[in-house]
Parts: sequence; C-alpha cells; structure tokens
Amino acid sequence: MANKQIIKERRLQDDAWKVVTLVDGEAPFDVCLPVGPLLVPVSVWKARKACLIHREYEHGTPLGIWLAPGDDLAGIAADLDDFTVIAVHFPKFADGRGYSTARLLRERHGYDGELRAFGDIGRDQIFFLNRVGFDAFVIGEGKSAEDALAAFDDFPESYQGDAVQPLPLFRRRVA
Amino acid sequence: MYRYDDYDHAIVQARVAQFRGQTERYLAGKLNDDEFRPLRLQNGLYIQRHGPMLRLAVPYGLISAAQLRRFADVARRYDRGFGHFTTRHNLQLNWVKLAEVPQILADLARAELHAIQTSGNCIRNVTTDHFAGVAADEIADPRPWAEILRQWSSFHPEFAYLPRKFKVAISGATEDRAAIQVHDLGLQVVRDPNNSAEIGFKVYAGGGLGRTPLLGQVVREFLPWQHLLSYTEALVRVFNRHGRRDNAYKARIKILVKALGREEFAQQVEAEWAHLKDGPSTLTVTEVERVSQQFAAPAYETLAADDLCHLAHLREDKAFSRWIDRNVHAHKVPGYAAVTLSLKRPGAAPGDATSEQMEAAADLAERYSFGEIRVSHEQNLILADVPQRELYTVWHRAKATGLAAPTVGLIHDLIACPGGDFCSLANARSLPIAAAIQERFEDLDYQHDIGELELNISGCMNSCGHHHLGAIGILGVDKNGEEWYQVTLGGRQGNDARIGEVIGRSFAAAEVPDAIERLIGVYLVHRHADERFIDTFDRIGVETFRGAAYLPKPAHPHHSRRVANG
Repeated sequence: MANKQIIKERRLQDDAWKVVTLVDGEAPFDVCLPVGPLLVPVSVWKARKACLIHREYEHGTPLGIWLAPGDDLAGIAADLDDFTVIAVHFPKFADGRGYSTARLLRERHGYDGELRAFGDIGRDQIFFLNRVGFDAFVIGEGKSAEDALAAFDDFPESYQGDAVQPLPLFRRRVA
Repeated sequence: MYRYDDYDHAIVQARVAQFRGQTERYLAGKLNDDEFRPLRLQNGLYIQRHGPMLRLAVPYGLISAAQLRRFADVARRYDRGFGHFTTRHNLQLNWVKLAEVPQILADLARAELHAIQTSGNCIRNVTTDHFAGVAADEIADPRPWAEILRQWSSFHPEFAYLPRKFKVAISGATEDRAAIQVHDLGLQVVRDPNNSAEIGFKVYAGGGLGRTPLLGQVVREFLPWQHLLSYTEALVRVFNRHGRRDNAYKARIKILVKALGREEFAQQVEAEWAHLKDGPSTLTVTEVERVSQQFAAPAYETLAADDLCHLAHLREDKAFSRWIDRNVHAHKVPGYAAVTLSLKRPGAAPGDATSEQMEAAADLAERYSFGEIRVSHEQNLILADVPQRELYTVWHRAKATGLAAPTVGLIHDLIACPGGDFCSLANARSLPIAAAIQERFEDLDYQHDIGELELNISGCMNSCGHHHLGAIGILGVDKNGEEWYQVTLGGRQGNDARIGEVIGRSFAAAEVPDAIERLIGVYLVHRHADERFIDTFDRIGVETFRGAAYLPKPAHPHHSRRVANG
C-alpha cells in the first residue's frame, strides 16, 4: 500500500494510508494494526476505539475508518469528529450505495474531513463521486489515474443540487 | 412543448462527448465489456441478437414534427429505414453500428433528442398520458411535472447505480392512461383536500410487471407539489440503500416494498424525507411557471362543436366513420379531436414505423396539429389537436401511408415487445404470434363485432409487452428449447388496474390463434348487449373460459362467417 497514488485536489499525490481488512473469521481484536495512518473497518473501530484514539493522541498517528456499502451510519455518526479520513469502499462500481453514504455524511452529518472513494472505481465514476461529496479517489487496479483526472469536467452544469453545489439548477438558472 | 435553453443544450452535448470518449476507449480496449456495459446501457445501447440496439427517448411521449423527422433521418442514415416504438415512449433502432452511435447521439442532440437513461439501473424515461393537455378529465397537465422530473433524474449523481431500473409514470387525469400502478413510482395528480386551488400528488410505489407482477401501493395520499423532488429523492434513496442487490430478479423496489410492507416502507421514506423537506430542492412557483409556460395550450380557433362537412362525411363514408369511431378521441376544446395514427398493420411488428411513415406523421402534425405528435404506450402515434373539419383529409393522408388501420382498442391493436426475433433476453418470439393473431382476426367486421379487447404479448418474463395487463395476455416461455405460450385473462390497465390470471398449461405456437379464438368464442356466446370482453369475463369468471381454451377444435358462431367472408 505504501507510495500508492491518490487523486486529491484534482492531482495525483502520494498516499500513506493503509486499509486494514479482516480476513475470513478474523476477530477485530486479533487483527494487526501496523504503524502509520490507518483506515479501519467499522468493527475494528468499535472494538478497539480506545487503542486507536491512543495511537492518535500519543503518537500523532491520524485515524481513519472505512465503510462497506451496507454499513449503517447510525452506529458511527457520533464519532465522525475522530476521523481524519473516512473512506467508502466500492467492491463493484455498479453497487451505488456508497453514493448515498457520501451524501449522508456530508449533508446529513456535516462531515467535512477527507472523504475518499476506493475500490472498483475509475474515470467513468469520478464526476458523480465528486458531486456526492468525495474529494479523494483511489483509482482501482488496472485503471488509469491520469485518465480519471480528466473526468471532473465531464459536464459543465448539473440539474440537481448535490454535496458540492447545494442549489439545484432551477434556483440558479439565468434566463 | 419544452424547448432547451443554453443549459439543457450544454448538458446534453456534454453527454454526447462523454459517450464518444467512452466508446473510443472501449473500441481501443481500454474499457472491458463489464466496465462498458452500464455506460452504454445508460445511453440506451444494448448488444442484441443482430448487433447493437439503440433505444432513444421520447420524453413523456411528446415530440415535435422536426424531431420526428430527425428520427426518420437517423433511422434511414444509420439503420434500415424503420424504428420500433415501445410501450414506454421510446424508439428502438435494431441495426445500428456501435462505432456510429456517438454520431447518432450528436445528430439527435441538435434536435433536442437523446438516449439518456433509456436503460440501465437508473431512473428511466418518465412516461405519462398520451392525451395530456387535451383530455377533458384532466386535473392538471402532467407534462410540466414530467419535464421537472426529467431534469431532476437526468445525471442524478446519487442514483446512477441503483439496485435495478426505476420507472416513473405520472397521470394528471381522473382516468389513468399511463399505467401508473405498474410503475416503480406512480404519481397521480390530485387536488389538495384542504384547498382545492392547490394540487399535489397521490404517490404509489412498488408496482411493476416482470417475474413478480405487483400493483403499486399508496405510500402517500397527498404530496404537495412543492415537495415533489425532495420526496422522490427520499424514496429513491431508501431504495438505493436498502433494495436487494444479491439477486437481479428481486432487486426492483416492488420487492423492497413487499418485504417491508407498505406502512414500514412509507415510514422509512417519511423519515428520510423529514431531513430533505423544505431544502433547496423544494420547487418554486417561478420554476413551475417557467416550465409550465412551455406547455401552454396552442392557439386554438373558436370552432363549432360539430362541423357540418365532417358530419356529412360521417354519414356518407362507412370506412371513414369506422375510423372515427375507433381512432378519433374527444378533445376538451370544441371542434377539435385527438387522432390515433395506428402503427399496427399486418406484416409489421406492432409499433414499427418506417422513416416514410414518421415523415408522413410529421407532415400531418405540422399541417393539422400544431406541429406536435405523441407516442402512446399502446405503441401508436397521436395527433392531439386536429380540427374536426380536417379529419377527413387527415384520414385520407394517413391511409396513404398505412397509418389509418381503424382498429384502435380492438384485437388488431395488440401490444407486443420485439421478442426473440430481436431481443436477446426473450424466451420466445412475439412477432409471429402477433402476426398470426392479426391474420386470424383480420376481418374488420369480425374485429368490430368483438369490440374492445386488449391483447398484450411479451416474449419473456421481463414483460415489456405488458402481458399481465391484457384482457388476454400471452407470455412466451421456453420449454426445453421450444417456444411455448402461457395465456392470462382478466388483466387491465387504468384506475382499476389488475394483473391477469394464468388459465393453465401453455400452448405451442401453432395452437395460439385457435386458443385465442376459442376464448373469444366464449365471450361472443355469453356476452350481454354492449358488454366488452373484460366485462363478460368479470361477470362469468375465468372457469368458463378455461374450460373452452383447451377444447380440441374452435367452436364459435363466427368461424364459418369469417371463412365465408374470405
């Protein structure tokens, strides 16, 4: 995962965050937490909250969480201030639940830290992902990140309000 | 009708450029089939039996003469000179070339036409009543609301990857002609119970045909118009987050509504809506007026309710009066009528129109109907605003291009999907069955004697031919590689929408016309005066029909007469 590249502020940057995943049958208490900034799954966050917060306070290691498509936000809504990064996983780009997750985090829960999309995403998802509130993108294996950089301007205008522009076009339209 | 402003043009042009890039990357091997599939589907492009099929949108069924000419031109230039109008206000081209699709979309965009979200797991083309704006039973014209929903749903960033497709239909009249109860979301314009000057919507959710046909459930009795978009957004969000994604056959919102129950589903939508209500997507009077103005009534002349010349033609010309009887419909303005140009004719698939026919219909619209045409979900074209005095001329001209079959609402006016001849999803062919039935009942007197009868044919469980809603429904099924056809009875659309009932074992293709004729024979024997097929069915019940359907030989009073008539 080290030196992986991520799209932020519309350019490619190095990225030090590591994604912690549980292998089959692994308990949240058993998983190894490597050094450096970590994105942990919800179960690990819940089981090892104290330890993770300790890492942050004592060692200055920034803390992040990653959400699976079906994860319920209610369980972590009170903790959002603890995270420097919230990442949303797209195991398949055709699973669109993460788009709702992003809007809820931004518009409902007022999360204003980094919101990153990772998994099976590429150039053809960037425009909508950006609109629903993602501001960091780890482009999927085998897809071109350079290509994806071009997608932010696919459309000059949008009809609906979104996490970036809350006003729908009909409230901004100039005859 | 709604005309694009600079914003609309810029958005649709951007889509064309985006899809051109996607197609180029696919052809260059930079996108694989799985990556390209949802992108092309959301631009209406299927890979079908004969190659790509392109589904173009006719938003809420309304199209100008110039746009219909553009369709004709595209069909001729990039296809084989004809197209197929579907049950959901779309035009399908069956023989396009993948590499040419970006150029087709560019040609269409110049005429304010597109293929945006005509397929894929997203919010589809909004459909409505083909008599919108001219029906006497209208509470409000549904088209401005349909256009507002079109804009809201186009490139909605949150809802491009739903569990499954999501279809919306809206009706503004007291009689539902838009089949709203078999849509994922059905909207019925109603008056505010507390203030009759204001309108809103009765909201149905979870209707749909397909493998599990279900009627929509009322999830809100009254939604004030201001909240149309925020409420819809809440509803689709509940679906996006909680609809099943593990099984494509159980992924439609109807399965979620059924699983949760109407009340729990409605409550979840209300809870979500509570956060969105009165937010920025709340509609404004300014916006509703801006859109509504574009659907203002055309400059009708003040005419007598009855044109004397027209009455004379009616008396003298039986063929004309028969056409008037079936294909011409009441209009709310005195002296005007709505005309159905039939796209049902022997030897052609229901809903097929040649480029010449599209151009002829465009000509008729320009001369006699303020330059606009409707596409009905019964797969016909409608001229909605024809002065009565012009009907005789319109009839003659329509006849000359094969658009005047006087059979609207009769058995000949059947609905059918393209079926196994074209569609790779189909289990069986629809078109030969449609043709065989049309041939069996080609005698006009016989058809008129049978009277109103909706016969719908689908080539598979996806139910594009709405077989569940036919008084007689026919469904193609595959039995060990052979085509068989299951028959349902008693289905209907409208306010009293109902799903038809399967009568029993399915029929081989060759048996179908006989079986249909036996069923109709039961009706003819049992009917009371002025009773339609569906009324007789309701009165005597399915058993009498079931008993006759499987008899070895057709036995009904008209068979010999039909033969005698040659």
